Amino acid sequence: MTIQDINTTRRAFLAGSGLVIGVAIAPKMLSAAQTGVHAGGDPALAPMNAFVKIGTDDTVTVLSKHIEFGQGPFTGLATLVAEELDADWSQMRAVHSPTDNKVYANLSFGLQGTGGSSAIANSYEQMRKAGATARAMLVAAAAEDWKVPASEITVQKGRIKHAASNKESGFGAFAEKAARQAPPAEPKLKDPKDFVLIGTDLPKLDTHGKTNGTAIFTLDITPDNLLIAVVAHPEHFGATVKSFDDAEARKVQGVVDVKQVPSGIAVYADNTFAALKGRDALSIEWDLSKAETRSSEELSADYRKLFGEKGLEATNNGNVDDAFKAPGLQAVEAEIVFPFLAHAPMEPLDAVFIKAQDGSVDIYNGAQFPGIDQSVAAKVLGLDEAKVRVNTQLAGGSFGRKAQFGSPYIQEAAAVYAATDRSRPLKHMWTREDDIRGGFYRPMYAHRMRGAINAQGQITAWEQVIVGQSIMGKADLDESSVEGASNLPYAIPNLKVSAHNVQLSIPPLWWRSVGHTHTGFAVETFVDELFQKIGKDPVEGRLALLGEKPRHAGVLRKAAEMANWGSPAPEGRARGVAVVESFGSFVGQIVEVSIGPEGAPRVHKVWCAVDCGVAVNPNVIKAQMEGGIGYGLGAVLFDAVTLAKGGKIVQSNFHDYRSIRINEMPDVAVEIIKSSEKPSGVGEPGVPPVGPAVANAWRRLTGAPVRQLPIVNIVSS
Amino acid sequence: MVTFTLNGQERTFDGDPDTPLLWVIRDFEKLTGTKYGCGVAQCGACTVHLDGMPRRSCITPIATIEGSDVVTIEGVSGKEADAVKTAWAGLDVPQCGYCQSGQVMSAVALLQMVPKPTDDDIDGAMTGNICRCATYHRIRAAIHNAANSMEG
Repeated sequence: MTIQDINTTRRAFLAGSGLVIGVAIAPKMLSAAQTGVHAGGDPALAPMNAFVKIGTDDTVTVLSKHIEFGQGPFTGLATLVAEELDADWSQMRAVHSPTDNKVYANLSFGLQGTGGSSAIANSYEQMRKAGATARAMLVAAAAEDWKVPASEITVQKGRIKHAASNKESGFGAFAEKAARQAPPAEPKLKDPKDFVLIGTDLPKLDTHGKTNGTAIFTLDITPDNLLIAVVAHPEHFGATVKSFDDAEARKVQGVVDVKQVPSGIAVYADNTFAALKGRDALSIEWDLSKAETRSSEELSADYRKLFGEKGLEATNNGNVDDAFKAPGLQAVEAEIVFPFLAHAPMEPLDAVFIKAQDGSVDIYNGAQFPGIDQSVAAKVLGLDEAKVRVNTQLAGGSFGRKAQFGSPYIQEAAAVYAATDRSRPLKHMWTREDDIRGGFYRPMYAHRMRGAINAQGQITAWEQVIVGQSIMGKADLDESSVEGASNLPYAIPNLKVSAHNVQLSIPPLWWRSVGHTHTGFAVETFVDELFQKIGKDPVEGRLALLGEKPRHAGVLRKAAEMANWGSPAPEGRARGVAVVESFGSFVGQIVEVSIGPEGAPRVHKVWCAVDCGVAVNPNVIKAQMEGGIGYGLGAVLFDAVTLAKGGKIVQSNFHDYRSIRINEMPDVAVEIIKSSEKPSGVGEPGVPPVGPAVANAWRRLTGAPVRQLPIVNIVSS
Repeated sequence: MVTFTLNGQERTFDGDPDTPLLWVIRDFEKLTGTKYGCGVAQCGACTVHLDGMPRRSCITPIATIEGSDVVTIEGVSGKEADAVKTAWAGLDVPQCGYCQSGQVMSAVALLQMVPKPTDDDIDGAMTGNICRCATYHRIRAAIHNAANSMEG
C-alpha cells in the first residue's frame, strides 16, 4: 500500500476516534435470525473510535475489520484492544465492523479484506492503538469527573481507580463521557514485557454461540416473507444456456418464478426444498461451443509439453546449465502433477438481500472483501454504493473461497435479486454440488524438478519448471505460482526456477496457503529425495543447507526434538519431515506414517513447531496448526476435482470429493517458538508442510515417491 | 399433515411430504442451529436426534417421521448435553463453527449410549460428521473430557 493510503487511513481512524457521538437510544432490535447481524454491533454503545465501543454495562465491543470464519480474529483483535485498554477479558465482545475500504482497510492491502494470513500482522499496532486511545479517553473522563489529575489514575482488569481519593469505577459509568473526549494524538503503547493478555490462553469469544447453535451464519437469516433462490449451473466450464423448459419446475408446490440469469437458470421459491425440487425439474440445453472440453488427463499432458519450452524466469542464480555438465555428476529428475482443488467450506456460498423503505439494500454475506462485494452489488442492482450496505456475517469456513476480485459470486446473487421486483427479501444459496462444481479452484499445476549431485555428494544445482494458471490473471510471471520455489531456502549455488502461465476457462483462485500448496510439496519432497540419494539424514541434510535461515532451522530443530527424531519409528511405520515458510511464518512438521487399510498412508502423529513472531493467542495458533494440518492432509490424501473426457466435472459432493474425517485425523502436537519478532499469520502456514512430510515418510516406508496427487489415486490405481 | 414433536412441543406440517426434516426445521420452524452442508447424508451438519437416535435430517422426508420425537441443538438437554457443551467450551473446539451443532448432537448421542467411549467408539460415532476446519483433534479430546466429567 502507498503512503497516501496510510495517511488516508490514519485520518479516517482519527476522524472516527474524534467524532462526538452521544449515546443513541437503541431502536427495538429484531432478532439476528430475522434481520441478520448488523455490522458494527449495537448502535446504543458509545464509540471510543472506529474499532472500540463501550457499553454502560461495562462491555467492550471490538469492531473486527476482518471476517471471523474460524481463524480467530474476533479473539485476536479483541486481545490486542483489551491489552492496551487494560480491560478484563470477561468484558470483551467482538462483532464485524461495517464495510469501509478506508477506515477498515487491511493495512497490507489498502482495502478492506481478509486474506494472506494477515489479520494479526496488520492489526497488531492499529488495534493496540485503538485500545490505548480508548483507555486514555476513559481516564480523561474519570479525571474530569473526579477532579483529579489523569496521571494519578490507574486502570487494571476493567477497573478505573484513583488511589488517593479512594475512587473506583468500571468502564461503563464513563462510556458516554469518554466518547466525548479528544483522543490522544499518539497513544502510548505498552512495553511488551508488561503484557498481561497477549501471549496467554484466553477463552475464544465465539465459542459459546458455536457450541449451542445460536451463532448466526448467512444461511440462518430467515426474515418473514423470504424468497429462496438457487441457480442451475452447467456441468462444463464455459457452457451457456442454449434453451430451457421450466414447465415442470413451475408445477412444483412452492416455486414462485423461474428466470434466466447470466450464470444459468434461477428458480425462486417460498422454501429451500421447493427451490431445489424446482431446479431438479428444469430441462436445460447447454451450449458447449465455448466450453472447456479437455479432460484433466489431457490438460496434464498439455502442461507437461511446456516443460521443454522457455518459460517466464523467476530465479536464475549461478549457472544451472553448466552445473549439470560437470563431470561425475548425478542428475535426478522428477515430475509432479497437482490436481484442481475445491475449497469446500462447510457453508456453501450464500447471501441475503433485504430492501429498506428508502430503496437501499442490506446484503448479508460471509464477505471476505466486503468493499468489493459492495461496489459489485451496487453496480448490478443499479444503486449508488452508499445505498448498499454489506453486513459481514460469520462464515462457515472459506479457505480462500470467499475472497474474489470482481466478486463473481455476489455478481450472480445480486443478478438473481435484481431480476425480482425486490418486494420480498431474498436468500441466494449454493448447494454442495454448486460448490464442488463451481470452479475457482486451486489450479492444476505440473512441476518438473532437476537436481544435480556432484561426486562429493553435494547438491550443486536445482532447476524447477512450474506450469499452471496464473491466479492473479497475469500474462507475465505470477509470484503466487512460484513462491516457495523461487526463494528456495536451501543454499544451493545454482538455482533456476521458471513458470508457464496456462489459459483455461476454469476460473482459478487462491486456496489456503496459495502457491505453497504445490511449491511446498514439490520442493520438500524433491530435496528429501536428493538427501536420500546422497545418504544424508533428512533433518541433518536440511539443517546443513539452512545456515542462513535461522527461523527455518529453529522450527526444524524443535520439531525433531518433539518427535525424538533420532529414535527408530515403531514397527511398520516411517517418519517424514518438511519445513515451509509462508506468509512470514515458519512451520516444521514431522509425521509418522504406516500403510493404512486402503493401502494408503495412515498418518498417526504430527509434531509441529511454528515460529510466527510474537504469539498473541497461543491457543488460536495451536488450533490453526491443528486445523491446517487436517485440511492439508485431507487434500493430499484424497482430493481432486477432475474433468472427465469431454470436460464434464466428475465430482459433486463429499462422497467423491472426500474430506478428512475424525478416524483419519492424526494426533497433533504443536509447540510455538518463543519470539519477539513482529507477529505473522497462522491461518495458512500450517497447511504446506504436512503433504510433503507424509510423502517423504511414504517414500521411505514403501520406496515409492509420490508424483501425483491425491495419494489415494496412486495406491488404488 | 404430519404431526411430530420438536424439542418437546407438538408440531404439524402440511406442506410437500417429500420435504426433508432439515428444511422443515430451518425454513418452517425457523430453528437455524441445524445446518445444511451436503444434502446427501455425507457431512452430518444436519444431525438431530430422532426418537433418541442421531439422524441426518437432510435425507429424512418429513412424511416418514409421523409421531416421532425430534430434538435439535436448541432443545438438547440432560447431563450428556451439559457435559459435551462444557467440554467443547473448555477446549475451544469450534473454529468456523458451522458443523459444530451436528458434532455436538452426534457426541451427545454417543455418550447417551456409551458413557465411557474408547477412541474406536468415537471414530464409529463421529466419522459421519465432517469438519472442514479439521477440529477433530479437539473433538476427540472434548468427548473424553465430557465422559470423564460425568463419572464424578
